[in-house]
Amino acid sequence: MKMRRVLAASSVVAVALAVTACGSASSNNTSSNASGNTANRVSNGGAKQVEIFSWWTGAGESDGLKALIKLFKKDYPGYTVINSAVAGGAGSNAKAVLANRMQNNNPPDTFQVHVGQELLSWVDAGKMEPLDSLYQQEGWNSKFPKQLIDMVSHDGHKYAVPVDVHRGNVLWYNKKIFDKYHLTPPKTWNDVIQDAKVLKQHNITPLALGDKDQWETTMLWEDILLGQLGAQDYDKLWQGQISFDDPRVKQSLQTLKALMSDVNSDHAAKVWQDASQMVAKGTAAMNVMGDWAKGYFTSDLHLKPNVDFGWTTTPGTEHDFMVIVDCFGLPKGVKHPEGTKDWLKVLGSVPGQDVFNPLKGSIPARIDADKSKYDVYSQQAMTDFKKDQLTPSLAHGAAASPGFLDAANKAINQFVNTGDIDTCIQQLQSAFQQNPPV
Amino acid sequence: MAMQPAEMTITQPRRARKPWTWERVYPILTLLPSIIAIAVFVYGFIVWTGVVSFTKWNTLVPDLSWNGFANYRAIFQDFRFQSDLRNLLFFTVLFVLVSMIIGLFLAVLVDQKIRLEGLFRSLFIFPMAIAFIVTGVVWQWLLNPSTGVNLILKALGLTHLPKWYVDITIVPSIPWGHIKFGLPLALLAVIIAAVWQMSGFAMALYLSGLRSIPDDLKEAAAVDGANAWTTFWRVILPQLNAVTVTVVIMLIHISMKTFDLIYAMTGPGAAFVTDMPSMDMFQTTFQGNHYAQGAAISIIMLLLLAIFIVPYLTYSLRGEKP
Repeated sequence: MKMRRVLAASSVVAVALAVTACGSASSNNTSSNASGNTANRVSNGGAKQVEIFSWWTGAGESDGLKALIKLFKKDYPGYTVINSAVAGGAGSNAKAVLANRMQNNNPPDTFQVHVGQELLSWVDAGKMEPLDSLYQQEGWNSKFPKQLIDMVSHDGHKYAVPVDVHRGNVLWYNKKIFDKYHLTPPKTWNDVIQDAKVLKQHNITPLALGDKDQWETTMLWEDILLGQLGAQDYDKLWQGQISFDDPRVKQSLQTLKALMSDVNSDHAAKVWQDASQMVAKGTAAMNVMGDWAKGYFTSDLHLKPNVDFGWTTTPGTEHDFMVIVDCFGLPKGVKHPEGTKDWLKVLGSVPGQDVFNPLKGSIPARIDADKSKYDVYSQQAMTDFKKDQLTPSLAHGAAASPGFLDAANKAINQFVNTGDIDTCIQQLQSAFQQNPPV
Repeated sequence: MAMQPAEMTITQPRRARKPWTWERVYPILTLLPSIIAIAVFVYGFIVWTGVVSFTKWNTLVPDLSWNGFANYRAIFQDFRFQSDLRNLLFFTVLFVLVSMIIGLFLAVLVDQKIRLEGLFRSLFIFPMAIAFIVTGVVWQWLLNPSTGVNLILKALGLTHLPKWYVDITIVPSIPWGHIKFGLPLALLAVIIAAVWQMSGFAMALYLSGLRSIPDDLKEAAAVDGANAWTTFWRVILPQLNAVTVTVVIMLIHISMKTFDLIYAMTGPGAAFVTDMPSMDMFQTTFQGNHYAQGAAISIIMLLLLAIFIVPYLTYSLRGEKP
């Protein structure tokens, strides 16, 4: 009898606790959301604190984040930093968690997001504070390229601080294979197709692709599209000023279709690292991937740039720089806006950018960073970044809304298997109408 | 127990009409937490998902204005969801059927009063102890057309190697909506993995069914001159009908919810040949921010499940009444 009473009583207490916990979840989140950080049991109301939300959990990037936090603590002593990094799915898990928290009006003090439409969809939802005065105060208006500032701006207000820049329009190739068969880095997609004929004779896959996660083919297509349209018209397409049934868009799909016969047949079973590995091992000659592949070549596979692997811009995009940029902003209604602003100041500073980017393998978003801290690939990319036309990536959320990207991934996946250009164009067009840019 | 006498003496006089004895309050109190939790987190959210599926909430900004059946029309016209329905149909039928047959076969074998029965029993059930996500990763390697079992097949001299889960062939290929209707061959690879994992479970259920058949029946059949084969088909199998229903229902609901296996093993697949509604729902909602359409997919999944679960529940609840 006694035992039963204890059981019953404890279950009632459990319910009571659960109910109150639900009720107060919105006002007190630190204990449940801080990943492994137990140091902040104390009330968070007035404490000097900042919660940083990201998906930087991979090797180089988590080191970079740690180095940034260390620098922040040195420059602004007294802050407790909560590192809320969510692992998995190339950020898709983190985005789901973030959406949940934002809708519950429980935003992290600052969060990682790609520049362009991915950021602007939060701005458009009325969830972000403008940072114009911070830009003014820190003199950032002249320190980031204007085209990049445009990608974090809406109606003339700036909403986020860019941290790192990756380039999307890079064609990587196995240098030894190219030397062996006397090939030169291709200038046009037709060159690629011609080279492919030679390579196939020697049982080498001309172009490696791993599109299990779908975005990889979308990325290949956007690079073809950029080469076909040129930077200005490429921008116009995403602003709705050029229609998807433009003959050049069709031509880009035609090129993609032609390339698919030079791609490894098991591309749907591979991810981008597998494709990079094919180039590294020499079973494939070329691969189109963002320049995070460089980090994979050098750090994970221990290859030497310009010896084992080489790179060039994807055909027709010599003077364009397809940017994939992470930025951080200040959500509305955060608990520690001062902490966020201090954190953003460190992120936007030269020391901040130079401590993070060499570790992540990206280049700084500022144009006045210290080149000597970067490797040979990055130094060249930094030079290009200053002079090239910056174009937003579709596959990484900058060019179009998340809704359109989801639909485009679907349409392109279907297209590379059916080869039906008209259906693909029609699907892209209607998806663009249903998911217009902000 | 020690308190019982004292309690009794106090409450004795009014015993006839006392409504709230400890014996009555106790079960209610112990059930209360789960009732509240299930009411809120299961039924509450089912209702909420249903509501959302009729709204215009298809961006990051919640927009709860009425959208009628537009989201349902949109998903049924979507080639991806059409592929999902096709895949789900073939996956469920084959997965359930093959798991059942293999499970029954293993159960009969294990039931032959063999030596080391416990060892074999555990061996067949072990895959079930593994998470689907692990199964997915392992079979992704095994059935990878360029690195997996194909290397063995190649060494054996086979020239036409199966392409496993990257095969986009659909048999037969009948035009249906925006897609081709038929069995996508890539699904076979996924079915192999799922059957490997779950046929041990079917075996366990069948084995318990076999063990509960009274020996008299078998003896009576033997006396009547039935051979082993006839005994199995005419006497034993009919006794297993109830088990079969349970196995089918359990496997169907596992197959309809399949997400982790697909996520780890193939993803949506080339031309969505291995996609499932759950996968579509996840990406539509959390990557495309189409919350209302994602909710509509969830509701369709729920309805499909209900078609099988509700008759089963009514049947088994009716069966429990004396």
